[in-house]
Amino acid sequence: MANLVDLTISSLRQLLDQREVSAVEVTRAYLERIEKVDSKIKAYLTVTGDQAMEAARAADEHMASGETAPLTGIPLGIKDVICTKGVPTTCASRMLEGFIPPYNATLMERLNGQHAVILGKLNMDEFAMGSSTENSAFFPTHNPWDLKRIPGGSSGGSAASVAARTCAGSFGSDTGGSIRQPASHCGVVGIKPTYGRVSRFGLIAFASSLDQIGPIARDVTDCAILLEAASGYDPKDSTSVNKQVPSYIGSLKEGLKGLRIGVPEEYFIPGMDPEVEEAIRNGVSTLKEQGAEIIDINLPHTEFAVATYYIIAPAEASSNLSRYDGVKYGFRAEGYRDLLEMYTRTRSAGFGPEVKRRIMVGTYCLSAGYYDAYYKKASKVRTLITRDFQDAFARCDCIAAPVAPTPAFELGEKKDDPLQMYLSDIFTIPVNLAGIPSISVPCGISKEGLPIGMQLMAGHFQEETIFKVAYNLELTLGKIGDWPEI
Amino acid sequence: MDYEAVIGLEVHVQLKTRSKIFCSCSTRFGAPPNTHTCPICIGMPGVLPVLNKKVVEYAMKMALATNCEIASVSQFARKHYFYPDLPKGYQISQYELPLAENGWIDVEVDGQTRRIGITRIHMEEDAGKLIHDEHRPLSFVDLNRTGTPLIEIVSEPDIRRPEEASEYLKKIRQLVRYLGISDGNMEEGSLRCDANISLRPLGRQGYGVKSELKNMNSFRHVQKALEYEIRRQTALLLDGGQVVQETRLWDAAKGVTHSMRGKEEAHDYRYFPDPDLVPVEIERVWIEKVRQEMPELPGAKRERFVKEYGLPPYDADVLTSSIHVADYFEECVRLFHRPKTVSNWIMVELLKLLHQDNQEIDTCPVPPSSLAALLKLVEDGTISAKMGKKVLEESYKTGMEPQQIVQEQGLSQLSDEAELKSMVARVIEDFPEEVAKYRSGKKKVFGFLVGQVMRMTRGKANPKKVNELLQKALD
Repeated sequence: MANLVDLTISSLRQLLDQREVSAVEVTRAYLERIEKVDSKIKAYLTVTGDQAMEAARAADEHMASGETAPLTGIPLGIKDVICTKGVPTTCASRMLEGFIPPYNATLMERLNGQHAVILGKLNMDEFAMGSSTENSAFFPTHNPWDLKRIPGGSSGGSAASVAARTCAGSFGSDTGGSIRQPASHCGVVGIKPTYGRVSRFGLIAFASSLDQIGPIARDVTDCAILLEAASGYDPKDSTSVNKQVPSYIGSLKEGLKGLRIGVPEEYFIPGMDPEVEEAIRNGVSTLKEQGAEIIDINLPHTEFAVATYYIIAPAEASSNLSRYDGVKYGFRAEGYRDLLEMYTRTRSAGFGPEVKRRIMVGTYCLSAGYYDAYYKKASKVRTLITRDFQDAFARCDCIAAPVAPTPAFELGEKKDDPLQMYLSDIFTIPVNLAGIPSISVPCGISKEGLPIGMQLMAGHFQEETIFKVAYNLELTLGKIGDWPEI
Repeated sequence: MDYEAVIGLEVHVQLKTRSKIFCSCSTRFGAPPNTHTCPICIGMPGVLPVLNKKVVEYAMKMALATNCEIASVSQFARKHYFYPDLPKGYQISQYELPLAENGWIDVEVDGQTRRIGITRIHMEEDAGKLIHDEHRPLSFVDLNRTGTPLIEIVSEPDIRRPEEASEYLKKIRQLVRYLGISDGNMEEGSLRCDANISLRPLGRQGYGVKSELKNMNSFRHVQKALEYEIRRQTALLLDGGQVVQETRLWDAAKGVTHSMRGKEEAHDYRYFPDPDLVPVEIERVWIEKVRQEMPELPGAKRERFVKEYGLPPYDADVLTSSIHVADYFEECVRLFHRPKTVSNWIMVELLKLLHQDNQEIDTCPVPPSSLAALLKLVEDGTISAKMGKKVLEESYKTGMEPQQIVQEQGLSQLSDEAELKSMVARVIEDFPEEVAKYRSGKKKVFGFLVGQVMRMTRGKANPKKVNELLQKALD
C-alpha cells in the first residue's frame, strides 16, 4: 500500500469505508509525518496530537456504527485565523498569543459534525496580512518544493502542509488571494468561494467585506469535497447567503463542450514571468482541446484593483483590529502609567510592522476629510470592477488567468519592500472585490521546479463551473510533478 | 441686546427588548458584573453581530409615533473610539442612512403649542460600565450593558426655551412608555439627554457658536443646565466675548457647566458602513404590521376621553399622562358608569396616595375593581364621601376590599328613619336652650344640633337624613 499520507481524501475515504485502514492509523501516520518533516516546513503553529487521536477514535466508532460523512476520519489542518474552541488561536500575532477561544467557528462545528480529525493550527501572515507568511510573528513557513522559498501567503501554512503531506487537506482564508496564491506556489488546489458561501462566524476578521474561508487540497476532487462540507447558510453570519449548496463533486465529470472560457487581456502584463505566461497559455490551449470555446475578454478596471483593495482592506482592518486593546484578552503590555499608555504600549508591542502599516493606512482613509476621497471613492471603483466581471460573464462562463505574476520567490526577497509584495496579489485581488469564486489549480512547473497555478473564476455561486473546468484541466494535464521529498 | 436661545436635543432611549441588539444575551438590569455577556457582546475575535428584529420594530414604533418617515433601506455604521467599556473599539450605530427621518413632536408650554422637528431616529448599541475603585487607581469593567439596544432621537434646533426642552423630553418619555418600548427613566439612565445650545440676536436668522451639554440626569437638570448656559453665553456675548465650540459637563451639585473638551480634542469617529451587517430593508407591509400593533397614542386618547366620557380637557390630560392611569380609569368606568366621579377620585385621591409613596399606578394595591366598588358604596349611601376617602386610604394601606373594611369596622351609614327619629327626639330633649334659640330665629344653632346627632352615632348617621328629620322636628 502506498504511503497513507500521500493519498488524496477521496482515496482515503475508500480505504476507510472498506475498513482497510482505520482513522486512528491514518491520523497516526500524519502525526508521525508532522513530527518528521514539519521542523523543515514550519507549517504548524500548534499540533493537537492528543485531540486528533481522540477524534480519530471517535471517527472509527462512528464509521463502525455506519455513520460516515465525507470527512469522517480525515485529518485536516486549520489556518490559525479560524477560532477553535479550547485550542490556541493566535492569528500568528503576539497580540493573541495564548488566546484560547471559548467558541468554535461555524466551520469547525461543521467539520466536527462530520467527525473530521483536526491535526492542528497552521501558520500564516499575521492577521492574514501578507503574501509570503513571513509576517508571522512566530516564524516563517518554507515552500516544500524549495525550502529557500516562501510558500506564499497569507495561508502559507495551509498550502505548505497540504503539499508536504502533513495534512490531507486544509482550510485557509482569502481576502485578496491568500488561498489561491499560496496554493499556486505550493502546487496544490485552493478555492476562494463566493462571498457569503461559507460562514465567516469565528473567522478572525481582517477585511470583513472581502474575507472568505476556503479549502486547500491535493486535487480538485478533494477541494470540492472540502468546500461542500464547509458551505451553507449560517444564521450567525448576516452576510452568509441562504442558498442551496449543490453537489460540487457531482458536477466534476461533465465535459467542457459548449463552455465559453474568457481570457482577460489585462491579466497578461509586461514584467510577468514568461514561464508563468507560457504555462497559462498552455493550460488554456488544453481547455480548448477539451472542447471549450476560448474568447478574448476585457476587464478594463483591473489596473485600479490593487489601489482600491489597499484602501478598502486596510480601512476595514483598522476597524476590525480596534478590539485588540489589552483590556479583555490576549496581550497587554506592562509598565503603563495610565489608560492611554496601556493602549499605545499594548498595540505598539503586540502588532507587527505590516499590521501597523495597514492600521495606519486604514485609519487615514477613514478620517474626517479623507473618507470621501479614499474610502468612498474606492467603494465606487469596487462597483466598477464588479461590473467588469458581470459584463464578462455575460459573454463567457469562466475566466482563465494567472494566479501570481511569478512562481514562489525566495524568503527575504521582498520582505522589506511592501509595494513589491502587494503586487504579488495583483491578479487575485479583483475577485475578492467582486465577491466571485475563483480557484487556483496547478497547470505547470518552472524550470527551477516551482509550481505554477492557473486561476479559474466564475460568476457568483458558480463554483460548479469552476470545479468542472479545473477538474478537466487537472485530468488532461496530469500531475505537474511528484510531491517533493522533504 | 436681547438674545434668543437655539436648542437641539439628542435623546438616547434604552429599549426594553428581552435580548440585546446583536446577540441573545439578556438585557436584564442588576445582574452580577459580566454575567449577561457572550463572545459576541464582549467583542472576542471572529464573532459576528446578528440584528435583533424586535429592536427594529421598537424603533419603528417610535418613528411612527413621532411622525417620521421610515427609510426603506437603512444601514449600520461603525463609530470608532477607544474606551474600556467599548469592547470592539467601535460602537455599532447608524450614520449616513438612519432608520427614520423628518418627524415632529408637538409640545405645550404655557398653553401654547410648539412643533419641534425630529431630524432623525437611529438604532445603536449601548456601551458597558466602568466601576472605579475608591481607594486605588483601578477600574473594573462590567459589560452586562454592552449591546443593550438604544435609539437616538435627534431634534431639529427648534427649541427656544429651557421649559420647552423639558416638555419635549417629558413628551418623549410619555411616548416611549405608551409604546412599551422603554422605561424612559432619566434617573436610572434608560432615557439620556445631551443638549446643543447657541444664542443669536433676537429676530436674527442663522446660528451662533454652540456648546454641547452633557451629564444631565433629570428633566429638572436639563432645564437648569440650559438656563445656566443661556446666562453664561449671554454674559459672554454682552461682554464682547465669543462662545467657543466645546463640550461642557453639567455639575448638578454646583449648578454650573464646565468645559470638558474643545473642538480640537473632538473625536474623529471614522464612521463607515459596518460590513458585518447587511442593510436593514423595511417594506410597507412591515410598517403597517407594526402600526397595527401600536397602542392609541396620548393625543388621540385625550381627545377620545373628552368626547366619549364628556370629561373636561384638564381631566383628560391628567388621565392620559400615562397609559397605565388611562387604562385604570377606563377599567373603573367600565364597572362604575360615572366618568367624572371616577376621574375626580383618581385625580384627587388615588394619585395623591401614589405620589406620597412615589408609586406608579400599575403597582397600585387598590385595583380598578375595588375603586369602582367603593364608589358604588358612596353612591348608594352605604358610606359618606368623607368616609369613602378613609376607606380608600385603608384599602390602599392594607390591600383589603372596601366592602370588607366597611363591614369589619362597622362603618356603614345609619339611614334607618325610625332610629334616626328617636335620636333627633333625644337631642331636642337634651338641648332645650338651643332648641329655643333656633325657634327664636337664631338659625345658626342648627349645625350644632346636627353635630349632636352625628356624635351620638359616632359619625355614621347619614347627614342628609339627619338634616331632613331635624328640620321637620323643629319646624
